Amino acid sequence: MATMTMIEAIRDALDVAMGRDDDVVVFGEDVGYFGGVFRCTQGLQAKYGKTRCFDTPINESGIVGTAIGMAAYGLRPCLEIQFADYVYPAYDQIVSEAARLRHRSNGDFTAPLTIRMPTGGGIFGGQTHSQSPEALFTHVAGLKTVVPSNPRDAKGLLLAAIEDDDPVIFLEPKRLYNGPFDGHHERAVTPWAGHPLAEVPAGYYSEPLGRAAIRRPGAAATVLAYGTMVHVALADVAARGIDAEVVDLRTLLPLDLDCIAASVRKTGRCVVVHEATLTSGFGAELAALVQEHCFFHLEAPVARVTGWDTPYPHAQEWDYFPGPARVGEALAAVLEI
Amino acid sequence: MARTRRKRKLDEPKPVPATEELLKYYNDMLMIRRFEEKAGQLYGMGLIGGFCHLYIGQEAVVVGMQAAIGEGDAVITSYRDHGHMLACGMAPKGVMAELTGRSGGYSKGKGGSMHMFSREQSFFGGHGIVGAQVPLGTGIAFGLKYRETDRVCLTYFGDGSANQGQVYESFNMAELWKLPVIYIIENNQYAMGTSVQRSSAQTELFRRGESFGIPGEQVDGMDVLAVKAAGEEAVAWARSGRGPYILEMKTYRYRGHSMSDPAKYRTKEEVQRVRSERDPIDRMREFLVTGAHSDEVALKAVDRDIKKAVTEAAEFAQNSPEPATSELYTDILLEA
Repeated sequence: MATMTMIEAIRDALDVAMGRDDDVVVFGEDVGYFGGVFRCTQGLQAKYGKTRCFDTPINESGIVGTAIGMAAYGLRPCLEIQFADYVYPAYDQIVSEAARLRHRSNGDFTAPLTIRMPTGGGIFGGQTHSQSPEALFTHVAGLKTVVPSNPRDAKGLLLAAIEDDDPVIFLEPKRLYNGPFDGHHERAVTPWAGHPLAEVPAGYYSEPLGRAAIRRPGAAATVLAYGTMVHVALADVAARGIDAEVVDLRTLLPLDLDCIAASVRKTGRCVVVHEATLTSGFGAELAALVQEHCFFHLEAPVARVTGWDTPYPHAQEWDYFPGPARVGEALAAVLEI
Repeated sequence: MARTRRKRKLDEPKPVPATEELLKYYNDMLMIRRFEEKAGQLYGMGLIGGFCHLYIGQEAVVVGMQAAIGEGDAVITSYRDHGHMLACGMAPKGVMAELTGRSGGYSKGKGGSMHMFSREQSFFGGHGIVGAQVPLGTGIAFGLKYRETDRVCLTYFGDGSANQGQVYESFNMAELWKLPVIYIIENNQYAMGTSVQRSSAQTELFRRGESFGIPGEQVDGMDVLAVKAAGEEAVAWARSGRGPYILEMKTYRYRGHSMSDPAKYRTKEEVQRVRSERDPIDRMREFLVTGAHSDEVALKAVDRDIKKAVTEAAEFAQNSPEPATSELYTDILLEA
């Protein structure tokens, strides 16, 4: 197996998808000629031509709306929104058209498109290049939302997303593109090379949507995480020597509730972590589900470790980011109860 | 390259189709009118709830455009969509039953007046968000070109939508990629209660594609033959790979924006004047009789058949069972 960064794994997935199905088209701002600002589509235009991998104007609403039309017609568009922070002009199209087409046409039309977006912080992007808007999508019936945490999953989940007959929001934690960032921003960057989940199988395979993965089994507490926070949680659990089970949700919707409930029933304690702001974040949904399904097994209230309820900051990025210290404090607090 | 940008003259000579076709246009326009009148009645009786946007007055636009396209061409429009569905060949019973929210409706009652579809008839829906269907129509045209068909997509929107940003995003992409899409602006002169003059800096909407290099024409949307003639030119343009085309149909809706519209923004006299001077169905009827294509007796028989079909649709729409509550959880995702 080849060792890949998350960027290479995503590029490989797109290559495999385009090679398998002529109806897969890949496009977005700077996606064709330039190969994408994060280089995820590099080489695809040269390989598949300008009809199948191309640049769009900078108009997110139009890009997504056009993709929905293509998908309703029968193609499988996989488009890139350059940063998740740019998706808001397209939100109407995602919510009112993509997510709702199947229901209001009684299944006659669907919108099988995949919207890839780099998400999250950790790159000093400030307000408009760092946000984690996943809860805006999990709140919408008719969408699936995926957040991979490593190259192997990124490829398998992206292939599953493209093949899926429903619209999929595919959020790529941009701080993970080049390495398993564990929140220790003061340390040298760790590359993907050497990480077991950077070993990516060649050719086609897919990871089913809706299945979580236990990254570290444990008995003392459960950490529910996705994206970058999986690595933050793993590093902190290891550093403190806590026997916590770290669950990587991988897809937020559909959610692997069975895996979550089994873990929390076993440990009796739960910490939910995400980069996005606290209020009405996806962690609120997780906390509610845990208390609904595991109430009599809980030894402590469910704790949430998240970004603060502020705009994503520039200068105070590491005050905002729910790094190892905050995850560890929450775990310690939950374990003391 | 020189491009057409013009207002089609009201008295411009038009080719006269065969009698059989003329009668079909008359029949189709009258079918829409009577269907909409019945929908208005059912609404008044409380059998249709919520929103219901009637197409009365605008019939020539969709019937004329439908006459300009063929098998496999796609159609998408906004929420004033009952006429488009009937013109596309969708069954009056299924449309009316969707209005009453019954399981016999095209969307099994999940869509309602604004949201019906038929893949079989290449009708990509009624869409309830002003202007949101315009990029979809552009994407459908992308699909038609990508699959190397010679088909086109008729993308309808109103004078209100014409001020939406995504319309211009669509114009840009369609011309950039030479997509086979015809943008039909149904200018009925009022975006709900706001006239074009009160909302638009450039009121000649056929010129809205100028900066993109998209040809545009203004057409008398109350004359089915003028619509068809302009439509055929636009369709030929798009089919031949030259990209998008804009047709501004000057039309008029006689009824309110929706059923709850007090219509304080225009005078009764204005509505009456259009009805008596420009009505597309009256004009066609007169054309048929004076041109000896038909006579009063034959046209009465057409009226009678339509009335019967509409009555049957209304009965079906009232008798079709309401959908089960469990339908709420179907067709959200492929697998629940």
